[in-house]
Amino acid sequence: MTNDDLIIADPKMRAEGVNVFYGDKQAIKDVSIDVGTDLVTAFIGPSGCGKSTFLRSLNRMNDTVASARVTGRIELDGEDIYAPSMDVVQLRARVGMVFQKPNPFPKSIYDNVAYGSRIHGLAANKADLDVIVERALTRAGLWDEVKDRLGESGTALSGGQQQRLCIARAIAVDPEVILMDEPCSALDPIATAKIEELIHELRGKYAIVIVTHNMQQAARVSQRTAFFHLGTLVEYGKTTDIFTNPKQERTKDYITGRYG
Amino acid sequence: MTFNAAALLLLIGGLALIGWLAGRARSALLAGRAGTRLHSRPQYHGWYVALWLFAPAAIFLAVWSSMSPALITNAVLASPEAQSLPAFGFERGAMLSDARAVAQGKQAAVRIAEAAPLVKPYADATHRYAWIGIAAMLALALAGGLYAFTRIKPDFRARTRVERIVMALLLIASLVAILTTFGIVLSLLFESIRFFRLVPATELLFGTYWNPQSGAPQPGTFGGIPLFWGTVLIGAIIAMIVAIPIGMMTAVYLTQYAAPTVRKWVKPCLEILAGVPTVVYGYFAALTVAPALRNFAVMLGVPNASTESALAAGIVMGVMIIPFVSSMADDSINAVPQAMRDGSLALGATPNETIRQVLIPAALPGVMGGILLAVSRAIGETMIVVMAAGLSANLTANPFASVTTVTAQIVKLLTGDQEFDSAKTLAAFALGLVLFIVTLMLNIVALRIVKKYREAYE
Repeated sequence: MTNDDLIIADPKMRAEGVNVFYGDKQAIKDVSIDVGTDLVTAFIGPSGCGKSTFLRSLNRMNDTVASARVTGRIELDGEDIYAPSMDVVQLRARVGMVFQKPNPFPKSIYDNVAYGSRIHGLAANKADLDVIVERALTRAGLWDEVKDRLGESGTALSGGQQQRLCIARAIAVDPEVILMDEPCSALDPIATAKIEELIHELRGKYAIVIVTHNMQQAARVSQRTAFFHLGTLVEYGKTTDIFTNPKQERTKDYITGRYG
Repeated sequence: MTFNAAALLLLIGGLALIGWLAGRARSALLAGRAGTRLHSRPQYHGWYVALWLFAPAAIFLAVWSSMSPALITNAVLASPEAQSLPAFGFERGAMLSDARAVAQGKQAAVRIAEAAPLVKPYADATHRYAWIGIAAMLALALAGGLYAFTRIKPDFRARTRVERIVMALLLIASLVAILTTFGIVLSLLFESIRFFRLVPATELLFGTYWNPQSGAPQPGTFGGIPLFWGTVLIGAIIAMIVAIPIGMMTAVYLTQYAAPTVRKWVKPCLEILAGVPTVVYGYFAALTVAPALRNFAVMLGVPNASTESALAAGIVMGVMIIPFVSSMADDSINAVPQAMRDGSLALGATPNETIRQVLIPAALPGVMGGILLAVSRAIGETMIVVMAAGLSANLTANPFASVTTVTAQIVKLLTGDQEFDSAKTLAAFALGLVLFIVTLMLNIVALRIVKKYREAYE
């Protein structure tokens, strides 16, 4: 963990000694990690290792689970996100999230993308809103496919399109960080390839953290990889190092398919 | 010796138990022999014998109990003693039932002297038919039991057969409700047709004056519009203005904000509210709400404020419907996937914005279905309106005035001494038919909406 050449020069988010509990059960044990500003960071690990739990504590989505409790310190641009002065609504506008299963609202495509902007009052008028929606859909690579049917229901799109719509919806509020919780696990290979391509294009505009089961995907899309096992962070480093030259025995066993 | 159906049912029940034991013992015996393997386990053979023993005999018992009184009466009428009876009418019936009561030991002596000679033929016939019935029933039971018993072999598929019989029983049970509905519809329909022969349907549906009188139908007094309007005013407008917002807010609070402990207490309380008999709501409306509203109306200077008012009945009915609306809305909101809620919260929406902009719109079709079901319940509700809304058929939009509803008028038309073939009485059936058709359509539409909506998230 003390690998000198992996220190992230300009961390967007920092976690220090984070523990997450569900009731009496500890799901995350003493995790410290930095998330780079212009990088894609992948969290990998076997099922139940706590990577999704940790991801959800980065924008306080664990607050919606009554029994969840987070200790330790998580910072966004040096600011403690669990501090009483932190407004969770503002936090989530800055740290967006894309979920495992596409979850468009049962509204039109336009309204899905405009939802966040309307809530946060980002657009002064209809023309501004149109610009925001078009830009978000374009960035999400969906504009050409849906520009003629913005009034149709978001739930009528295909699974892959729905997921890109959800990414567009997250982009539309202009976040600084986008958290993706296994965004391709419900998609077919072609839709998955499109999402991966999209992640490439979004890199540099947002700090992206992606949880994935698929090690090839982590290798393809990320620059940094963190390996979680049984609630602990086993190893964190450059993606190329993790996959070609892991320092820890457990990491090696996992990426060579010994377990997981 | 009379024909006591309950005792006989017990008797064949006992025989069936013996059949069960015998069937099971025989198959177990067969299984005990070397080299044989039963297709079905012994108790299925037992059930097979028991069912064959019980079912035909029980069906015969049911048929015979309904037939034998007529057979006995016919036998009596054929006897020479019955020739002196009056040919038709009330006296004849009275004498026959007098003689029957004595013959069956329900009364010590005849009250009508002319009935006395009939007692003996009655007793004889009763005795004879009882023996015939019992003998036939026992013969059937034994024949069925023996038939089943002889079929027991190691490879006999008793289990499949028993299961098929059980399935048939379940089917019959489910048909009872459906057939009853058909029976209700038919009886409503026939009486309504009789009414529509006397009064044209257009008058009932579109007439605006309601004042049915006994005797020959007078044209222009069977206008149903004031009743339909009263029903809509109370059940669909006032009650819903009370029930929809309160029910929805209750559901939102219970699903989104309430701590588990609060939910644990509030939900059962709502269910208790749903279980209060409507007559209790009725006197609450009539004795507490209506006078208070009247005083309020007088204070406002409303003309012709009455102690019986649409508002009192509607408000109390709305309160009665609250648990119904809130539980339907509760289900619908809970059926909206958690992912939808998370998606909204993750975009930085507050819980309140999430509820208003995502959860309620997503739950709306289900809620609408629930509301339609609630309306159909409200317009069929009777006790509250009878007690609190009054019986005068006014066509008015003033909620403080007394109005009447379809159900209240049905009660009014059918209670008290009425001749059952006057247009006035028959009008109750026609009103019932209209009410039935309207609520049926509401229910069909509501259930379709709810079903379609459920599919959307599965």
